[in-house]
Amino acid sequence: MSNAKSTLRRLLAGAALGLTALGAQAQDKQLTLCWAAWDPANALVELSKDFTAKTGIQMKYEFVPWPNFAQRMLNELNSKGKLCDLLIGDSQWIGSAATEGHYVKLNEFFDKNAIKMADFMPATVEGYSTWPKGTKNYWALPAMGDAVAFTYRKDWFARPELRAEFKQKHGRDLAPPATWDEFKQVAQFFQNRTIDGKKVYGSALYTERGSEGITMGVTNAMYAYGMEYDNPQKPYDMKGYINGPGAVKGLKLYKELYDCCVPPGHGNAYMTEDLDAYKSGQVAMQMNFIAFFPGISKDPQVGGEKTGFFPIPKGDKQHAQLGGQGISVVKYSDKKDMALEYLKWFAQPSVQKKWWDGGGFTCHTAILNAPGFDKSTPYAKVFLDSMKMVKDFWAEPSYAQLMLAMQNRVHDYVVAGKGTPNAALDALLKDWVEVFKEDGKIK
Amino acid sequence: MKPRVFTQWTPPATAVPAANLAQAPGAALRAGGPATGRGRLAARNGLSDRALAWLFVGPTIVLLLAFNIFPLLWTIYLSFTNFRANRPNAEIGWLGISNYQRVLNDEAIWENMRTTAHFLCTSIALQLLLGFALALLLNRKFRSHSFWSTAILLPMMLAPAVVGTFWKYFFEPQYGIFNAIARFFGASGNFTMLGDTQLSPWAIVLVDTWMWTPYVMLLLLAGLRSIPPYLYEAAEIDRASEWTKFWRITLPMVMPFIILALLFRSIENFKMFDLVDNLTNGGPGSVTELASIHLKREAFEKWRTGYSSAFAIILFVAIYGMSLVTVRFLDKVKQR
Repeated sequence: MSNAKSTLRRLLAGAALGLTALGAQAQDKQLTLCWAAWDPANALVELSKDFTAKTGIQMKYEFVPWPNFAQRMLNELNSKGKLCDLLIGDSQWIGSAATEGHYVKLNEFFDKNAIKMADFMPATVEGYSTWPKGTKNYWALPAMGDAVAFTYRKDWFARPELRAEFKQKHGRDLAPPATWDEFKQVAQFFQNRTIDGKKVYGSALYTERGSEGITMGVTNAMYAYGMEYDNPQKPYDMKGYINGPGAVKGLKLYKELYDCCVPPGHGNAYMTEDLDAYKSGQVAMQMNFIAFFPGISKDPQVGGEKTGFFPIPKGDKQHAQLGGQGISVVKYSDKKDMALEYLKWFAQPSVQKKWWDGGGFTCHTAILNAPGFDKSTPYAKVFLDSMKMVKDFWAEPSYAQLMLAMQNRVHDYVVAGKGTPNAALDALLKDWVEVFKEDGKIK
Repeated sequence: MKPRVFTQWTPPATAVPAANLAQAPGAALRAGGPATGRGRLAARNGLSDRALAWLFVGPTIVLLLAFNIFPLLWTIYLSFTNFRANRPNAEIGWLGISNYQRVLNDEAIWENMRTTAHFLCTSIALQLLLGFALALLLNRKFRSHSFWSTAILLPMMLAPAVVGTFWKYFFEPQYGIFNAIARFFGASGNFTMLGDTQLSPWAIVLVDTWMWTPYVMLLLLAGLRSIPPYLYEAAEIDRASEWTKFWRITLPMVMPFIILALLFRSIENFKMFDLVDNLTNGGPGSVTELASIHLKREAFEKWRTGYSSAFAIILFVAIYGMSLVTVRFLDKVKQR
């Protein structure tokens, strides 16, 4: 009896040891990828199954909802956490992540593995990978191209009675607006109109206050009238640029659009709120990142032929706010080699093709320049056109301070109606000067 | 089962009444004096009373030092530096009182303080008023009394973040129940509580009042129930009116509880964060940005750790001072 007991004990101990070893092995062969929780992340999960099949490396994911994404991930990096081996971080984080040494520098790895940055769309390399800007120091591989653009209700725009009324009123066809003036006309035309027995509104715009929403929206209008962050010839010289006449004009226009043409209670709206407003049939047009367009295209309520897409309208100029991210290897990871192996796999044109087909937004020129790409999906042309005219917010190590200052000043003016556009931008200039002084970048 | 026998410590036969002793009985033991009674028992097991006391109190003191005192001291230290938590590799510079000067000269901070003061004063005034009225109501016996008592307490049992989130939906301009009611009473179709700069400060007051009035009611109800009935009986004999009874008996007797409610709610509302963050996130513009929300943005979004530490210390001193004044007032009321 005692022999049997001891044998049983040995067997159990052996099994436990075996299981622990297997578990440890499985953990050793596992990478954690961190990103925001949204549609493209699901596409990446599907795509990465090929990587697991090819290498045997299991993939684990940490997807955080957008409103908490920056804070959660930046906390993780600042505390030198080992949660993420790979991080698809926002373009504006690159300055801070490179300066503080959170990301692995990839130049040597790219050279060794013949990954050429020239194979990726220049705007995405500049926006997602390099720091300092204008140099060839790479900290990320462009992973997800994105910019702000618009969707519109093609089915409403095609209604004969609406078309006739619009033509009579404005002397032109009801069509996706090409300029900001046209945009305002169309938005006003739809505002408070009853369609299919339901009251509808002009457009869903970005107005969110807490993170980056209203800045991602208003800059599109400000760029259109010549706003620059600083003097292109003299970095950090911002006077007359961020608060110049063009910037003031763009900000004023955005306020007018907010006042005339958004649904009631739309004073704190970002990606999700705009999507909700559009998908529930409340608005004729919606401002959002192109990354959401595949989902809208497939939506049972508003997808298919009911929706069309158009890029950011023109003013004196035409620029779209850059979105999107690069994929980086986190310096604190214990599995940097495996993470680099993932990057190598991801950079292949065949994988990038699959990425696009699955709903991701490739930045690889071999795919983007392939014949017929612009017709491959209803939003491919808007994506291509938008990516050619993108501009990004500051990517400085102090980007969060710069961003929140802009959020406060712009939201105070646009949504709360405080003061004038000039006063808002003058105050913003003062805030930014203080930030750069603290950083020692200006005296 | 054999009953356990406990030995009761008894004073020596020559003992004099405690009031006449220079030292209270047991004080010598607490001071580690001659081992008698429990002291002997503990000593027999190898631990003196003093050691035993440290054994019990020690872990709490260690935890208190680790999680309260050390962070407080560390925050005070950081408030004199330019430290940023998102730049751990940067050199930390000593700034003296510069962060404090900047906080106190920052217009945005004063605006936040005004917003906080408005929120604090209006919500507490409403909660005291409604809480007292409800307590007076529930102090009477009526049918389904206990059901109503429990039902009224429900809001305070919810998490503030949850309350903030679902009131946000109540206030939703197109399908929110609050707006439907407002429209029923003649509000326009575009009526919005949270999007309007005039109304949104009242929206946070309304929600906080809804949530915390039951708590104030509970405190005041305890006060009402502690009033000896013979006071009212004496007043009845003197043919005092209802108003006189309320003014001369109820209010003075409940006053310490009112001050306690004021103290607890002031401290809570001064550091109110989650409810307002979920409800308005400080907007529209910054009209509902309370000091706590501003502090969080400075500390964990802008990463100005030194600056926000100075702000936190100033807030701490303000709350501490406010509480001290209230406690002194409470003592005075009790002494009357």
